Amino acid sequence: MTGRVFIAAVLAALLAPALADEIPRAQRRSGYDAMSPQTRAMQDNESENPATLWVLDGEASWRKPEGEANKSCADCHGDASSMKGVAARYPRFDAARGKPVDIEQQINICRVERQKATPFAYESHELLAMTAFVARQSRGMPILPDKAAGAAKTVAEGQRLFTQRRGQLDLSCAQCHDDNWGRSLGGASIPQGQPNGYPLYRLEWQSVGSMRRRLRNCLSGMRAELWPVDAPEYVALEMYLMARAEGLRMESPAVRP
Amino acid sequence: MNTTSNERGDTRRALIVKATRLALGAGFCSILGESAGATPDMMREAIGKLVGSSPVNEGRVTLDIPPLVENGNTVPLTVAVESPMTEADHVTAIHIFNEKNPQPYVIAAHFGPRAGKAAFATRAKLSDSQRIIAIARMSDGSFWMAGADVIVTIAACVEMNE
Amino acid sequence: MARALINVPAHAKKGDIIEIKALISHPMESGYRVGMNGTIIPRDIIHVFTCDYNGVEIFRADFSQAVAANPFMSFHTIATESGKLVFRWSGDKDFEATETAEIIVE
Repeated sequence: MTGRVFIAAVLAALLAPALADEIPRAQRRSGYDAMSPQTRAMQDNESENPATLWVLDGEASWRKPEGEANKSCADCHGDASSMKGVAARYPRFDAARGKPVDIEQQINICRVERQKATPFAYESHELLAMTAFVARQSRGMPILPDKAAGAAKTVAEGQRLFTQRRGQLDLSCAQCHDDNWGRSLGGASIPQGQPNGYPLYRLEWQSVGSMRRRLRNCLSGMRAELWPVDAPEYVALEMYLMARAEGLRMESPAVRP
Repeated sequence: MNTTSNERGDTRRALIVKATRLALGAGFCSILGESAGATPDMMREAIGKLVGSSPVNEGRVTLDIPPLVENGNTVPLTVAVESPMTEADHVTAIHIFNEKNPQPYVIAAHFGPRAGKAAFATRAKLSDSQRIIAIARMSDGSFWMAGADVIVTIAACVEMNE
Repeated sequence: MARALINVPAHAKKGDIIEIKALISHPMESGYRVGMNGTIIPRDIIHVFTCDYNGVEIFRADFSQAVAANPFMSFHTIATESGKLVFRWSGDKDFEATETAEIIVE
């Protein structure tokens, strides 16, 4: 047993009791459950869901040859059905890179390494469109978090970040989303902070946005300093949130208030 | 706090009184004379430009808008007007007005008998809790209206400029 | 190029009232918001949406700043004959978009 694997195994063992304060599995709720019938209808009906506009752009981009390699996503992956379930499994630990990779980063890895193209910028329309198209293929499928030994370390780091107080309000994510979900904050209901709809169309944004953007909004709300947009902290939080949401059904691209 | 809730209570009572008065008036009133009292000047002016001195009747128009919305940026609304939609008798337009946005218009939809049904749905942007009014113009030149109050809530943690 | 999504039934019976849905990507910038540099973000909205059915206008809407971003419209028409529906949006900054849909009426 190498040192790293051993540490990961110990961390994985430590993780189990630490999850005691999490929302019990039977009580896990998608943000969908607290939405108005009108907002639910907007998500459910694809011809009325504004995020479909991003999905369609992503679909066009999937078939378009790009980069020095002049290859399209479809040239390697075939049609969209090859992406079924993929978004429900990301972020994943990338053994070759020795670090976790989220779905946006995986798309950019493909762009750089396979297409020999420039990566899409975080939160660019192109990246959101491609992510929405890929994630759309997992709609209705249960979240299957990565349970590889390498992943456990990142999940634990994500949980540490989730439960750590920060910012001028001295709040942790868990204080809202584990301890007080379902209660009101101002006029809005506090959601559990589940990751099962990303990328999603937020009425507040009037646009599709990534989980990274949502996490940055939360940091703003806590009056905490934002990590740089490419910081590993976001991937760790995403990975922890997916582990915390195991079994919830994917709704991407969802609509949220 | 007490003052605020009293003010709200008074407003609500005033609206109920007004609604009762409208109902007693056999569903017929001038929007400029009576019901316009509940709306700020800009909306009243905009409605005045549309209807001129014509009376605006209560009824025939159904304005479906959620009473409480989670975000004012995207408020679904549906309007339907009772009409046979024939060449001789149809709805020519439905106008939607708001009373608290920076300007009073939302949308105006234009119809002919080929619509079959005088109804449409869209999504509005509302800056605040307010009253929304839908006015339909019929092919005989008459105007019909419906109103709805919307409470707009906002999320607790919204994006801030960086 | 703006992405639009049209939903029209592919087949209809003559005389049926059909529902048409149209969604288009557009910021509908109201002209009342202040940007990061402290100046007003200029208005950029769609002003007019029309739907023609075999060359005849069957629906038109005038949008204001109070129409939500990525405007959605749903409306109706009587299926009269097979043919083409043409959707047009036009607005600030010379915005023009056109989308078509076919319908078979039996």
